[in-house]
Amino acid sequence: MSIQSSVEVQTEWGIVSARQAGRNLAKEIGFGGVDQARITTAISELARNIYLYAEKGEIVIEAVEETRGAQKKKGIKITAKDRGPGIKNIREVMEDGYTTSGGLGAGLPGVRRLMDDFDVDSVMEEGTTITAIKWLR
Amino acid sequence: MRIPILKLSHYLLISVQVDLDDQTALQFQEDLLSKIHEEGSTGVVIDLTSVDMIDSFIAKVLGDVVEMSNLMGAKVVLTGIQPAVAITLIDMGIMLEEVPTALDLEQGLEKLQQELEG
Repeated sequence: MSIQSSVEVQTEWGIVSARQAGRNLAKEIGFGGVDQARITTAISELARNIYLYAEKGEIVIEAVEETRGAQKKKGIKITAKDRGPGIKNIREVMEDGYTTSGGLGAGLPGVRRLMDDFDVDSVMEEGTTITAIKWLR
Repeated sequence: MRIPILKLSHYLLISVQVDLDDQTALQFQEDLLSKIHEEGSTGVVIDLTSVDMIDSFIAKVLGDVVEMSNLMGAKVVLTGIQPAVAITLIDMGIMLEEVPTALDLEQGLEKLQQELEG
C-alpha cells in the first residue's frame, strides 16, 4: 500500500490540516469512530509540539501493513519530523503533567497511550522524529 | 473565524460547529467572557455535539473558560460530548473534573436552572 500524505506544520492551520489528513486516511483504512478520534488527537498533539517547540516541521501519515505468518495487519503510521532544538530529557517529557508551555502536560504521554507503537528519536540541536502506529483490530 | 454566541434571556448558548484551531478557541474564550460581561449573563451552555476531537490544548482552553466564567459569576455547562471524544480524553489522562456536563442542550439548561436556583 502506498497511500501517504505529508503536511507541513508551520502555522496553527498546519495543525488542522494534519488532523484532517489523518482522519481521512484512518477512515479509508477502515478504523472505527473511536480510533479515528484517537488517531486525529494524537496527530494534533504531535503537530502542536512541532509548532510550539520547533516552529516548523512535517507530519507524514501513511498506511502500513505487516505480515506475521498467515496474519496480515493493517495500520496507520504517523511520523512527526522537525529540525528543532531536540528534547533534552525524554523521560521528563513522557511524564504526565510535565510542561514547559503552560499546557496540561498531557501531549506526548497521551499520544503514547492513544497509539499502539510509539518511538521518540531526538538529537540535541538537530531535531526530533517521533513515530507512532495504530493497528487495525 | 468566530464562534457565534446566542443570548437567551439570562443565558448564553454556544454550539461549536467548526473544527477548532487554536486561534479560534482562544478568540472564543475572549468573546465569551466579554459577552458575559456585556449581557450580565448568569449561565452558559457550550454544546459540543458537532466536535469530533478535543486534544489537550482545546481541553485546557475549555477548562479555563469554565473557571474564568465562574470567577465572573456565571455558571457554565458543557453538553453533548461525543463517546469517541470522552474515550480519547480519558485515554489521554485528561479529566476535566470540576467541569459540569450534561448529555444534551436540554439537560444542560435544566442543570443550569437547578444550580442557579438551588
